[in-house]
Amino acid sequence: MTVRVAVNVNGTEYARDVEPRLLLIHFLRDELGLTGSHWGCDTSNCGSCVVWLDAKPVKSCTLLAAMADGHAVRTVEGLEQDGQLDPVQQGFVECHGLQCGFCTPGMMMTARWLLDRNPDPDEAEIREAISGQVCRCTGYENIVRSIRWAAEHGAEHPA
Amino acid sequence: MQVPAHVEYERAASVAHALSLLSRPETRVVAGGHSLIPMMKLRLAQPELLVDINGLAELAFIVLDAGQLRIGALARHADLLESEVAGECFPIFHDAERVVADPIVRLWGTVGGSLCQADPSEDLSAAFAAARATAVIRGPDGERAVPVREFHLGPYQTVVGRGELLAEIRVPVRPGTGSAYQKVSRRVGDWSIAAAGAVLTMSGGRIQEAGIGLTAVGAEHFVAAEAEEFLRGRAAGGDVFARAGAIAARGCQPAADQRGPEDFKRHLVAELTTRALRRAAERAAAA
Repeated sequence: MTVRVAVNVNGTEYARDVEPRLLLIHFLRDELGLTGSHWGCDTSNCGSCVVWLDAKPVKSCTLLAAMADGHAVRTVEGLEQDGQLDPVQQGFVECHGLQCGFCTPGMMMTARWLLDRNPDPDEAEIREAISGQVCRCTGYENIVRSIRWAAEHGAEHPA
Repeated sequence: MQVPAHVEYERAASVAHALSLLSRPETRVVAGGHSLIPMMKLRLAQPELLVDINGLAELAFIVLDAGQLRIGALARHADLLESEVAGECFPIFHDAERVVADPIVRLWGTVGGSLCQADPSEDLSAAFAAARATAVIRGPDGERAVPVREFHLGPYQTVVGRGELLAEIRVPVRPGTGSAYQKVSRRVGDWSIAAAGAVLTMSGGRIQEAGIGLTAVGAEHFVAAEAEEFLRGRAAGGDVFARAGAIAARGCQPAADQRGPEDFKRHLVAELTTRALRRAAERAAAA
């Protein structure tokens, strides 16, 4: 059995016939070639696979691709607009928000969601927002700084 | 790499459609999927058909209606956490939702899914048991209402049968009521080592009705029934809550595991029950 998955990813329409058991993260990476989203723990703990389903971040290792049919997905590839980095991406550049980069796509997708809802989050709010995501390099300090940087410089670098 | 086994998939277009699909054996409802899909990856669950109910907007509501807080089974954890009316009537649900998994999981995981998963360590079962909520189950012959205290048959087992769907949870709202939930876990986002929820209805300084729910400690139906009985009719003061906590700790059956030994868990039950009762009493007084 296959199911038709028609989905808008970062503004582009895609349609594929896939097995119902295919997970959204593998659909994005293997079917569409969008390897920016990372596939980590497979148990919805680590958050490296976070993408947006419509307007909300989700852990795409725990969603079936079929569940995204008819919906819009936004991945880390969709943050940059017309060659202009999203302030969150620029923040990670400015504040050394990554070392190995594995958790980074998920961290940035959650950060963008947080800032859209709360443009001026304090440190506790940032830490709460990313509490479902794991970074084994930075100790989180620079990730929190990067997101604060994005909050402070968002106006100069419109998303 | 963990992938589920082959499975068929249907998207329910209505509750009636979902019910007809669910009449097939080896069929499971999927909504948030945050428990079911990991279990499928590990072959702990191996359904032949998944019925996706994410499109059933009629099951995604939280409303106050005729003296009851009604929560649709498809309400997301984040919806309950952000619901002002739920927070006003039952702060216990906000306390509990704040410590369910993490913010991203809460955006997608559902209230109904948590109850139906019937994980002994799951937080909402104890909270709803404390609040004496009722589960409304729809099936081919119509609707039936089951008290949450009779909803769970054991770990990972509920009274929801083949061809049935949990539709909503109804919680009676009573004046003079305060509630709270207290949890200890190893780290942010983890399951409870132990947790306690309390719902107190007060009248003139006396405890008219008490509900105590316990998570992850082997309490029958997630309830500390003896401690509830002890509190009923007593004046709230002195060491009455600490004594109720001690009764709750004696009455549960925690198992030693990687989260801690039995005596430690009993200690937590006593302390968390006491704290939840105190907080519930404060909130009842302020209500």
